[in-house]
Amino acid sequence: MTSQSITQAFQERISEGELLNCMRCGFCLPACPTYVETQDEVHSPRGRISLMMAVRNGEIEEVEEVEDSLNVCLGCRACEPACPAGVNYGHMLEEARAIFHEHKKVPLKEKALRQTTLNTLFQDQSKMEKATSLLGFYQRSGLQKTTRKLKVMNFFPEHMRQMEQVLPKITKRKDRQDAAHFPSETESKATVAMFRGCLMDTMFYETNQSTIKLLNKAGCDVVVPDTQGCCGALHGHSGEKNGSINLAKQNIQAFEQVEADYIITNAGGCGAFLHDYGRLLKDDDEWSKRAQQFSNNIVDFSSILVDLNFVEDAKLKVDRQVVTYQDSCHLRNVMGVSEAPRKLIQAIENVEYKEMPQADQCCGSAGIYNLTQPDMSMQILDHKMKKVETTQATTIVTTNPGCLLQMKLGIERQNQSEQIRAVHLADLLLEACY
Amino acid sequence: MSKAWLDELTEVVGEQHIQTKKSSLIAYSFDATPNFQALPDAVISPKSTSEIQQIVKICAKHHIPIVPRGSGTNLAAGTTPTQGGVVILFTKMNQIIELDEDNLTITVQPGVITETICHTVEEKGLFYPPDPSSMKISTIGGNINENSGGLRGLKYGVTKDYVLGLEVVLANGEVIRTGGKLAKDVAGYDLTSLLVGSEGTLGIITEATLKLIPEPESKQTLLATYDSIEKAAETVSSIIANKMTPATLEFIDQPTIKAVEDFSQVGLPTNAQAVLLIEQDGPAQLAERDIQTVEQLAVTHGAINTSIAETETEAHNLREARRTALSALARLSPTTILEDATVPRSEIATMVNAIYDIAKKHNVTIATFGHAGDGNLHPTCTTDLRDKDEWERVEQAFEDIFEKAIELGGTITGEHGVGEMKSPYLEWKVGEQGLQVMKQLKQAFDPHNILNPVKMFAKSTRKRVVVK
Repeated sequence: MTSQSITQAFQERISEGELLNCMRCGFCLPACPTYVETQDEVHSPRGRISLMMAVRNGEIEEVEEVEDSLNVCLGCRACEPACPAGVNYGHMLEEARAIFHEHKKVPLKEKALRQTTLNTLFQDQSKMEKATSLLGFYQRSGLQKTTRKLKVMNFFPEHMRQMEQVLPKITKRKDRQDAAHFPSETESKATVAMFRGCLMDTMFYETNQSTIKLLNKAGCDVVVPDTQGCCGALHGHSGEKNGSINLAKQNIQAFEQVEADYIITNAGGCGAFLHDYGRLLKDDDEWSKRAQQFSNNIVDFSSILVDLNFVEDAKLKVDRQVVTYQDSCHLRNVMGVSEAPRKLIQAIENVEYKEMPQADQCCGSAGIYNLTQPDMSMQILDHKMKKVETTQATTIVTTNPGCLLQMKLGIERQNQSEQIRAVHLADLLLEACY
Repeated sequence: MSKAWLDELTEVVGEQHIQTKKSSLIAYSFDATPNFQALPDAVISPKSTSEIQQIVKICAKHHIPIVPRGSGTNLAAGTTPTQGGVVILFTKMNQIIELDEDNLTITVQPGVITETICHTVEEKGLFYPPDPSSMKISTIGGNINENSGGLRGLKYGVTKDYVLGLEVVLANGEVIRTGGKLAKDVAGYDLTSLLVGSEGTLGIITEATLKLIPEPESKQTLLATYDSIEKAAETVSSIIANKMTPATLEFIDQPTIKAVEDFSQVGLPTNAQAVLLIEQDGPAQLAERDIQTVEQLAVTHGAINTSIAETETEAHNLREARRTALSALARLSPTTILEDATVPRSEIATMVNAIYDIAKKHNVTIATFGHAGDGNLHPTCTTDLRDKDEWERVEQAFEDIFEKAIELGGTITGEHGVGEMKSPYLEWKVGEQGLQVMKQLKQAFDPHNILNPVKMFAKSTRKRVVVK
């Protein structure tokens, strides 16, 4: 990759005005997990912006150093609500990553991995289903037991071994209900369309079912458009912008076909990306309006449950337990949802809710970050688990599949899988309904 | 880069604590001041006073500039490495050494974040009052070097009022300790006072002992809204004239209100021409009585609305919102340039009006907020440094503001420091002989001029055009 062509791309695609909006006051520093961990401005939002500016101005030939800095960024966007100047950091980050990606000779091995995960698995729901049903087969067939017995996973890095331990149980294909319409259990108050998400629909199929049931109880007719696909967030965040644009168009079309009051997500990461479709397609004359309309309709399931007075109408009760909540960064920082999940948890009888210090800071999952930057991810996670410990919680609630897996991983790393569980908010709420 | 001195420095701190990669140099090439940026040669993170001594000795030998840097939130180009050299970070020297409840002092390393000190002492019912708007980010070392102020300055004073003792590495690499846990100490010159606010030009502060006071029992917060700036300014004067000393007395004008509300959404009245944010603390009855007196004064002087915060959360949100004023104004334009001209508090109304006239005269946009109670205003210009013509007018406007402040018995900077940005104006305030004495002091402390060079002292003073 040549630094000149990258500089040129930066000049064409990242606005100088937007970069200059950062007045370098440093208010972002305490909000940035990678700055907090490293105490190094190379890994702070204002530092990264200064590096993007340097690339744009052709002041740094060593562009790979800038790329490294951007790769270490979690993309949690906690700097955005902290920024009084209103800098759109996340958008610049994505654009910069896309530019680096396009200019890069990707090593064959990584290319293969990306190709399989992003372009094949996440572009095509049926392939994702096959892959996860393989995982289901692995778990049910005894292969998992054998693997564990033979300690095959010992050949993998530690965090991968632990990740294998925390993968959720996959629902068998024939047990899955794929009906597209789920009527309200009470008088219908709204018709909503469910965005099922690729991971949520396969690895976390049960959580999607819980979400639908909760929506039904709250008075929603739920439709699940059949032709929807992955939201494209993982592509967008790792620089595969075109991949995410294709998926966005596919999803917009799918949801236009069902007429619903809202489009519901239960994964903060997907929700935030869907919420950004308007921006993603803003330069596309044919699609920009439709994309904006789509984005405007995106609502997290927790918000709608609160809006529909679910907490007052439903009797929620669980066994006595201490519960804490780990924010999903994108749910909080991009969609602006932080109170609704807390309200719902605290409405459950027998729950002693303990707010965890810095619950608003990233857990280190961040899409595929825990695979691409394992050291930083595990450092952040271990510090996160220390914060969990101060609450003495036995249940950690999350609102995003990545966070959920990461919290499970954290529990596993602390050898506390007997004492602590991590659950998705929807599953906890459904559990409380009985 | 294979410079002999870099190898020597590396030997002192170890390879992982010295950075020379281009990306690192860029990330430490600026602070929060627009238009000042230059690459250092290295960024170094020492772990102890003795490492700093060795670093200084090496730099002295090779005549390498040293720029001590806290969190780089400076607003007058105090930590920009414009002469290259070594940026020293204190991220590895960020420990609280001792909280002494018998003497009411706290001893800290320079890298401790200001807010951490506040929280730590509050847990013991104690109080460290200086609260610059950047307190969540700034380090105590930076605060001491800049003699930072804050929202509570009116009643409680500024950083210098709380520094009892210092450990300092001098330009020759030797260490001195000044002051101590003492309420009284007149042994020799007061070097502590000299070093506080010296902007890293006289020595490198490596440890500080700070004075603490008992935490006030309660706090009351009042927001008064005005349809004219004059009425707000008159209220400020009347509060002082009535012998009231609120803990905080902040003034915010309309453009600032709008920008802040846009960001923080705490319910500021965006149609008001000005608001005053007033706080009083102390024993519950006294604080309550004072805030009611102040409220009465506000009404008498034409406030169209007053409201007392009902909960601590509400009060906290108002304070936090005010702290974001500068950065929130940055939403309005690519470049935000902030000054802190300060006048005797009786001249606040005159100064505020003068700022508006000056803005008009030079056809630039200036929003004003600040610590009205102590005469410390923050006229903030929203501009675009790419627009050369406007940039020149902005500079002229600020010169006029400095000139006016001095005419009213004020100063060019109340709390941000001189740095490199305001060095051409220092003589305006301190006079030729004043500047001469300061230069001699600098020469005595730092004969090779390696400690934060070109800060404080400009090559030449800006020609002063007296406007009448």
